[in-house]
Amino acid sequence: MAEIGLGHFLSVAAILFAIGMAGIFLNRKNVIVILMSIELMLLAVNINLVAFSQFLGDLTGQVFAFMVLTVAAAEAAVGLAILVAYFRKRGDISVDDANLMKN
Amino acid sequence: MVATIAFYVFALSAIAAGLMVVASKNPVHSVLFLITAFISAAGLFVLMGAEYLAMLLVVVYVGAVAVLFLFVVMMLDVDFVEMKQGFLQYLPIGGALAALVVIELILVVSVWAFPSDAELARAHPSPTAAQTVSDPNGPTNIEALGLILYTDYVHFFQIAGMVLLVAMIGAIILTFRTREGIKKQDPAAQVARKREEGVELKDIPSGQGLT
Repeated sequence: MAEIGLGHFLSVAAILFAIGMAGIFLNRKNVIVILMSIELMLLAVNINLVAFSQFLGDLTGQVFAFMVLTVAAAEAAVGLAILVAYFRKRGDISVDDANLMKN
Repeated sequence: MVATIAFYVFALSAIAAGLMVVASKNPVHSVLFLITAFISAAGLFVLMGAEYLAMLLVVVYVGAVAVLFLFVVMMLDVDFVEMKQGFLQYLPIGGALAALVVIELILVVSVWAFPSDAELARAHPSPTAAQTVSDPNGPTNIEALGLILYTDYVHFFQIAGMVLLVAMIGAIILTFRTREGIKKQDPAAQVARKREEGVELKDIPSGQGLT
């Protein structure tokens, strides 16, 4: 088996990112799964940042991964709050006919 | 050798869990697979020597975000089976797009080469796992991170705090509601009550009793 290098970690991150992206397409109706797919994509970005940070020997990437983590947590909190508010208003969370703002 | 096996175990479990997040019928299962994916990613972070971020991932994602997701999934009373309609309809375009992105990114990775002057750009050298083991008194990952996070990147640190504050206030405002028709304690009204409103003195003549 070959030595584990930067490319291995970047490949894992690329696959996870693509899975997250496909998840947004496949679960068009379910906002909760869309939010989880976004979390998966942010996780892939974090893996990329940490991999480059470690293999270039520069800690700045880990500081940025820390920022991405913060933004991901904030995004999840606000997204789920919007979801709860929307559910109270509509009684379901289907985004197919989310046109409250029209007119 | 152990590191190689560990890498493949963590990588495969992360990818399999990611696939199950997307493909699972029940959102509760999706959240649990999301937790698996995060823990596997934390294992990958440990393999890369980023111990602090690995622990942060477990605490923040598994401890807070995933539990938040679980809470919302279980709180909302939605028919999730009906939501799965259209999954197969979008499978061709979604799968094609995902395959395209994977192929492109892996092509980029496979031809990646560091510039010869990359050494010069390494302003904040990160201690590798081998260094930490060979020199127990040297800076660990968390020490090295703390040394730059609170000095060079202190503004980023404070902006992160502001982002969290705004998110907290936003989430509270969005889900806050005042409900009508419930009895609540009003401390101001209680404190503002005068003695005359609460106590009535009657002068009863002696020997007659109350009728």
